[in-house]
Amino acid sequence: MELITLAHGAGGSLTGVLIKELFRRHFDNEFLAEAHDSARLPGIAGKLAFTTDSYVIDPLFFPGGNIGKLAVCGTVNDLAMSGARPLYLSCGFIIEEGLPVSLLESVVASMASAAGEAGVLIVAGDTKVVNRGAADKLFVNTSGIGEIPQGIDISGGNAKPGDSVIASGTLGDHGAVILVEREKLGLESPLESDCAPLCGLVADMLEACPDIRVLRDPTRGGAATALNEIAVQSQVGIEIDEETIPVRAAVRGICEILGLDPLYLANEGKLIAIVPAGKTDAVLKAMQSHPYGREAAIIGRVLPEPRGRLVLKTPYGSRRILDIMVSDSLPRIC
Amino acid sequence: MKHIDEFRSAALTQSLVKKLRETLTRPIRVMEVCGSHTMSIFRSGLRDLLPETISLVSGPGCPVCVTPQSYIDEAVRLARHEDVIIGTFGDMMRVPGNQGSLLKEKSAGQDIRILYSPFDAVEIAAKNPGKKVIFLGIGFETTAPVTGLSILEASGRDIGNYSVFSAHKRVPPAMEALACDEELQIDGFLCPGHVCTVTGMEPYRFLAEKYGKPAVIAGFEIVDILHGLLLIAEMIRQGKPAVANGYPRAVSDRGNPKALEILDRVFSTGASAWRGMGVIPQSGLEIRQEFSLFDASRLFGLGVTDRPSPAGCICGDIMRGRRTPLDCLLYKNSCTPENPVGACMVSAEGTCAAYHKYCVE
Amino acid sequence: MCIGIPVKLVERDEYSGIGEIEGVRRRISLALVLEARVGDYILVHAGCGMHVIDEEAAVETLDLLRKLEDEAY
Repeated sequence: MELITLAHGAGGSLTGVLIKELFRRHFDNEFLAEAHDSARLPGIAGKLAFTTDSYVIDPLFFPGGNIGKLAVCGTVNDLAMSGARPLYLSCGFIIEEGLPVSLLESVVASMASAAGEAGVLIVAGDTKVVNRGAADKLFVNTSGIGEIPQGIDISGGNAKPGDSVIASGTLGDHGAVILVEREKLGLESPLESDCAPLCGLVADMLEACPDIRVLRDPTRGGAATALNEIAVQSQVGIEIDEETIPVRAAVRGICEILGLDPLYLANEGKLIAIVPAGKTDAVLKAMQSHPYGREAAIIGRVLPEPRGRLVLKTPYGSRRILDIMVSDSLPRIC
Repeated sequence: MKHIDEFRSAALTQSLVKKLRETLTRPIRVMEVCGSHTMSIFRSGLRDLLPETISLVSGPGCPVCVTPQSYIDEAVRLARHEDVIIGTFGDMMRVPGNQGSLLKEKSAGQDIRILYSPFDAVEIAAKNPGKKVIFLGIGFETTAPVTGLSILEASGRDIGNYSVFSAHKRVPPAMEALACDEELQIDGFLCPGHVCTVTGMEPYRFLAEKYGKPAVIAGFEIVDILHGLLLIAEMIRQGKPAVANGYPRAVSDRGNPKALEILDRVFSTGASAWRGMGVIPQSGLEIRQEFSLFDASRLFGLGVTDRPSPAGCICGDIMRGRRTPLDCLLYKNSCTPENPVGACMVSAEGTCAAYHKYCVE
Repeated sequence: MCIGIPVKLVERDEYSGIGEIEGVRRRISLALVLEARVGDYILVHAGCGMHVIDEEAAVETLDLLRKLEDEAY
C-alpha cells in the first residue's frame, strides 16, 4: 500500500507527482492547469463573499460523506448563506505521514464530485506533510469566493418581529451520525450525514423572495446555537414550536438512547431561513420543490421579546429558554 | 415510539393538570428524587403548567452529583498510567476534580473511552490483554446490577485485566436521611422508577409506614410524572399515605429478582460518602472480597473521601429541598456549569445546573 | 438518573439479543430478562434488558388516565 511520506510534502519531484496524478487529475480546470503560484481569475462585478474553514473531523469517513465532501460543502454553504453564488475554492491539506495515498485519493475524488455539483472550481491548493503525531491523519482547509447578486442583503442582524423561521429539513442528522461513529457506542442505524451543497436551494429561494432576511447553516452547536446567535445579532426574540421541528425517526431514537437533544446536534446540509411573513408560503414552496428542501417546514417566528433569546414552545403550551450550547453534547446514561 | 409517545400526550397532560388543580386542597411540596425526573420536568416546562399550590423540589438522586470529587481525582490518577484504559459513562467526563476532568485528560492523550455499557469495557479488556481496563461504576440500583453482570462475565471468561472502580450507591438510605429530617417540609415523594424496576416497592414502604409520607413510584414521561403527582395529591387529600406504583408497566411489586440476586452476589453494603450530604450508612455498594480481582479499589489502592463543601456552598440544603439555587450567593457567580463549585452544578441533572440551563428566575 | 428506554426485541439467542427503536439497533444483554420473547418491548439501561414491559399494565394505565380526560370535559 502506497503511503504519504514527508517527501511528498517537500516541494520536490514527489510533490509534483502528487499534484499532477492526484489533485490536478480530479480538480482539473483551466485556472488550475495554468500552474501558477496563484490563480488568475476574471473580475467580478458585484459584491464578493469570502469565507474560510478548516476541517479536522474524526472519523475521516462516515455514512453519507467524508472530510473532503464536508470541506467543499461547508465552505460552499457559508458563501450561500450570504446569498452568494459560490465561484472558486482553494484547498489546503495537512497530511500526517503514513496516510495511505488511496485514502487521500478518495477524499479528493469526493471533493471534486461535491464541487461539480455545487458548480464551483477548485483553483488553488497547497499540501504539507507533517511528522507522525503532528496532525490527526488529515486536516483540510477550504477558502471560497462567491458573488452576491445585486440587491441581496442577507445578514444575521436583519431578523424582524413578525418574520417566520423555516428549517430546510430534518435537524441533527450529521451530529448524530458522527457521535455514533466516533464513540463506537455499538448502535446500528440507517442514518447518514446530510452533508450537501445548498447553493442551488438558496438560488431558488432568492428567486421566490429576494428579501430573505437571514440564512444560517446550523453546523456545530446545532439549530439552537444558530438561532441564539441570530436572536442576539438582530436583538429580537425567536420562538420555535417543538412539535413542528422535523427530526428523523432514527435521530429521535439515538437521542432517546443517549440522552441528547437534536437541536444541539450539527447539520451539514440544512439551513435556517428567516423570511418576511408575507413571503413565507412562497419561500416554503420553492424549498419543498428542491431536492435538498423537500422536508422544509416552518418551525417558528420572530418576536420583539425576549430580546436576544431563543424560546421553545412545548406541545403542552409551556415555554422554556434554549440556551446557546456551551460544550459538545456527550451521551448520558444517568 | 411505543411506550414513550403515549405518555407524552398533550391531551392527557392537559386533563391531568386540570384534575390535579381540582384535587389539591392546600399547598404541597413534592420532592422528586431522581435526576431523570428533574430533567424531564424542566424539559417539558412542567413547572409552568402546574397549579401554584404545588411546588416541586429536587432531591439528591443524581449519582454524578453525589460522587465525591476525590473519585474523579483517583480516576484521573489511574488514567495517567500508560497501560490503563478507562471506560466510563459520558456523564462523568466533564466533572472537574482537583487536577481537571476526564475530558481534559482525554484531550491530553490518555486512553479514556465513553461507553454505553460496562459490557463494552469487558470486550475492550478481552481485545487488549496488555492493558488494564477499569470501568467507572457510577449509578444507583438500576446500574449496579449491570456492572455486577460485567464482573461475572469477566470472571467467567477469565478476563483478568478488567476491573471496576465502584461508586455505586443505594437510594433508600438517602431518602431515609431526608425523610427523618425534622426541618424538611416535604409532603410527598416521587420515587425513582427505574431503580424500583430492580428493587421493587418494598424498600420505599418506610416512607409511608414510618414517616407518614405518601410516595409514588413514577415513570419519566410528563404524563407519568403528572400521574404520580395526582396520586400523591389524592393520598394527601384522603389522609391516607401509602406507597403506590404509578409505573406498573415497568415496575412490579417484587422488582427484578435476578437483578437483586446479582446485586447481592457481587456487592456488599457499607457506609458511603455522598457529596453535599455526608456519610450515609448502608448506602454504598462495595465489591465483595470474592471478586477482589475485579475490584479496582483493592487492585490499585484507591481511596475516596468526601471533602467539606467550600464556604458559601449550600448544595447540602438544596439537595435536602430546604433551599433553592436562587438562595445561593455563589450560584451564577463563582459557581457556573463551566466552573462548578458544588454537587448540584456538577452534572446536567443537578438542580443548580438545571436552573441555570433553563434560566429559572 | 437512569435512562431506560423501551426497545423492541427483534432477535435473540440464549443470553443476548438485538433491541430496536426507530430503526436504531443495538445488542443488549438478556441476562436479567431471560423470559423475554422476540416481539416483546424491553426496558433497556446501559446495554442491559431490565424488565419486560407489561403491555397490559401500560394499556390499563392509559385507560385510567383517559377516563380522567373524559371526566374533565
